[in-house]
Amino acid sequence: MGDFPILLTIVLAPVIGALVILFIPEKDERLIKITAAIATFVSLVLSVYAYLVYDKTAGGFQFTQDFVWVERFGINLSLGVDGMSLPLVLLTAIVIFTGVFASWDMHSRVKEFFIFLLVLVAGVFGVFVSRDLFWFYLFFEVAVLPMYILIGVWGSTRKEYAAMKLTLYLLVGSAFALIGIIALYVYAKAQLGFGTFDIMTLGTVEFDEAFQKFAFFLMMIGFGFLVPMWPLHTWSPDGHVAAPTAVSMLHAGVLMKLGGYGLIRAGVFLFPLGAKYWAPLIAVLCIVNVVYGARVAMVQKDLKFVIGYSSVSHMGYVLLGIASLNYMSLDGAVAQMFAHGIMTALFFALVGNVYHKAHTREIAAFGGLAHQMPRVASGFLIGGLASLGLPGLNNFVAEALIFLGSWQVEKVLFGWLHFRVLSILAIFGVVITAIYVLRVVQRVFFGPRNPKWDHLTDARGVEMVPIVILIGVLVLFGIFPSLLIDTINVGVGPLVAKISAAAEIGGVF
Amino acid sequence: MQIQLADFALMMPEIATAVLALGLLVVGLVVPKEQSKGIGYLTVAGLTGIWLFNFLYWNEDAALFGGIYLVDSYTVFFRFLFLTAAVIVALASRDYVARLERNQGEFYALLVAATLGMMLLAGAGDLITLYMGLELMTITFVILVGYQKAEAKSAEAGVKYVVLGAMSSAVLLYGLSLVFGFTGTTFINDMVATLSSGNWSPLLLLGIVFMIAGFGFKVSAVPFHMWSPDIYEGSPTPVTAFLAVASKAAGLAAFVRIFMIALPELQAYWMSIVIVLTAITVVVGNLIAIPQSNIKRMLAFSSVAQAGYILFGLVAFSSLGVGAMLFHSILYVFANIGAFGVAIAVKNATGSDEIKDYSGLAQTSPFLAAVMLLCLLSLAGIPPVAGFVSKFYLFLAVIEKGMVWLAFVGIGMSMVSVYYYLIVAKAMYLGTPKEAAKPISVSAGTQIALVICMVAVILFGVYPTPLLNAAMEVGYSFFPF
Repeated sequence: MGDFPILLTIVLAPVIGALVILFIPEKDERLIKITAAIATFVSLVLSVYAYLVYDKTAGGFQFTQDFVWVERFGINLSLGVDGMSLPLVLLTAIVIFTGVFASWDMHSRVKEFFIFLLVLVAGVFGVFVSRDLFWFYLFFEVAVLPMYILIGVWGSTRKEYAAMKLTLYLLVGSAFALIGIIALYVYAKAQLGFGTFDIMTLGTVEFDEAFQKFAFFLMMIGFGFLVPMWPLHTWSPDGHVAAPTAVSMLHAGVLMKLGGYGLIRAGVFLFPLGAKYWAPLIAVLCIVNVVYGARVAMVQKDLKFVIGYSSVSHMGYVLLGIASLNYMSLDGAVAQMFAHGIMTALFFALVGNVYHKAHTREIAAFGGLAHQMPRVASGFLIGGLASLGLPGLNNFVAEALIFLGSWQVEKVLFGWLHFRVLSILAIFGVVITAIYVLRVVQRVFFGPRNPKWDHLTDARGVEMVPIVILIGVLVLFGIFPSLLIDTINVGVGPLVAKISAAAEIGGVF
Repeated sequence: MQIQLADFALMMPEIATAVLALGLLVVGLVVPKEQSKGIGYLTVAGLTGIWLFNFLYWNEDAALFGGIYLVDSYTVFFRFLFLTAAVIVALASRDYVARLERNQGEFYALLVAATLGMMLLAGAGDLITLYMGLELMTITFVILVGYQKAEAKSAEAGVKYVVLGAMSSAVLLYGLSLVFGFTGTTFINDMVATLSSGNWSPLLLLGIVFMIAGFGFKVSAVPFHMWSPDIYEGSPTPVTAFLAVASKAAGLAAFVRIFMIALPELQAYWMSIVIVLTAITVVVGNLIAIPQSNIKRMLAFSSVAQAGYILFGLVAFSSLGVGAMLFHSILYVFANIGAFGVAIAVKNATGSDEIKDYSGLAQTSPFLAAVMLLCLLSLAGIPPVAGFVSKFYLFLAVIEKGMVWLAFVGIGMSMVSVYYYLIVAKAMYLGTPKEAAKPISVSAGTQIALVICMVAVILFGVYPTPLLNAAMEVGYSFFPF
């Protein structure tokens, strides 16, 4: 395929799809959905192709392309993926493709829905394939506004409140990141003699310690809002619950990963000293994420809230992986982002299916649903097992790597809190996860048949597309983890090299 | 003073504008009311002609008539800005003018005369020319603001503008006279020489303070902004659009020219005032915009806030700052007039300026809703629309000067502004249309104006390079530091 602009096409395919939909009459719903499916399928095929073709021995950014944008300020539209971003591009493609099918039963203002959905996903793709920080930020913001309208119009459960809250939280977070990026640009310009937003060039600049602490702090807060890091997380469960199915999938599945990815790329990679300084804070907060998120998920009455808080909990592991700052843990963090994205998308697709037919998500209202919906029940069970880290599924590999990696850290926080205590607490989070996941599975799907729900039909036809694909991916990467880890390894390598090259400094605690 | 014929050639755009204004006045008297539609087209055609003509002057750098008028790239850039604004406003006011009982022709003549005043203000090389341009602009606006004299709100706005406008002009004039008294010259370019001695009298500083107050009024910087919401709300909407955009830019053009060219030596004194003014303008403008339920008042406060952002360029005191400021101003023209254009259309159809009456607009008139949404996003500075790029450079300019806190204020307040812009988006997209709501039909002129705004806002957001380069070149040649 030579010079074919793979990454540009991945980003633009949804945009072109949206433009085509603009000219399809509103009432031709089927055609609109098929167009959306085709557009996302193009991105999916190219992502899979890129994933398979990526040269792991060469490493670094590949499929690169540069378009001069504003020469005066050194801003280029530079695209490229490395071992860290490639799995996330693949994740986005899988989630959006399945998300389109999960929205097949959407019948209100279909045209606008798919236009906004496709614009949103173009923004998300853009973030993962940008090598230029300006575009990285720009694409991220592109993703925010469609989210507001998607949740506000097609959502449920306090949708207007949730949509506004989500938008403002994300924007406030991005404000911190933006200041960090501009400050970085100005600082680097003084050192390099020319202005650039290119992340690799910026990576060669030696920032002094004070600046690193300052800039990493901004990035930590900025992307911390997105991850979401406790106590900046409150937008996320509200947003997940209010959003329509496909948006929940994309949101929990992919959007939160932008935070983790941004923290690694624009935080740890550029400011390794700053990362070392602030890592203890992240480590402590992420344990709150894990344990508090799981504990809150236990007492939820709404199915979607359970998954919403479980996301907060699972993203805590990603933060733990980042805070541990070693090879294994960072591998695990990226792998966990991928695994959690697939798993949570599966959950939301299934819950959306149930909600669409039963018009309620209240756990107490269900029981014995496996009799009426055996396929949904099995899907949910597999997702649940992935969630609690069952070996053989993708999440196990990721979580194991994070725990092993964090165990190697020999830091002592506050003079008494050994880092390994945090690892133990995180592992304890898995136990709580097992409790709430199994409890939900048991209350909703198992038990005697409830005749009240006899009218529900099981997932079938297009509804099976997301379920089959997502479970397939979970199992595939669970059984052959090297498919995923080998690629991530290539990306994490240079990052770890930078971390170990940086001086050792004491943490904030 | 030597008057050369060549000087007139360099002033042709101004002269042509003056001729157009007077010509329209005559045509307005001759043409019967039924055919007054033609006057609007004539105005647009004339202004577009001058706009194109202005390209010839891009590389000029000359002082005319012994220096009382300057034609440099800064002047030329602002000519483009005012003419662009005037063309779009003239296009968008077609529906409004058609419904006037009388004085249809004069409306356009006054619009063009105000444009002339702005151009003079931007190009003025001495304080007297500057004041003349300012008065021409202010007085025509007084008439335009109170154009619907039968309507209480419009008449009230007109009177307020007379009183407050005259007051601020007086304050400014006093400031100018003090500066003249100390420097002994009215020429802006000559002032630096007399001021470099460093032996400044307190009266000079008093003059500077008065000037800041006077210009602060014109650009509606807090705390001199009190007039703007009432007058914006009361004026006919096309006038509001023009007032909010072009008159502000004109005040800014003169403000920046005097302070950056004539008074750089005294930077230590006036900069702290301007910084404080800028910061509170951004904060107060955005905060007060939040509870507004009337779209014109909301846009009025948002334009106060925008003035604050534009002042970032002055605070940065660098060529990057000037370039970013020019870039932001011209994008602000498109975004703000686009938003007002939709407001005009909605007002004509529903008779209401209340945000709640925008409910369901996305379903009844998707085009209008889309223009409004994109323009508001541009004002808020959300990519991929244009406002983001220009704000980015403004923030870059102040951070480069080490004022990270100001960038924090600016970016934080941008995020606050998203909230009140989203309230409009919420009404349009999330609300349901009223039972009786019909698609709003807009005239071809308004449609063209809105399409221009929308295309500009998207195009310069995705590919700002040519315009940005032009603005930066002007910035570097105007203030090469």
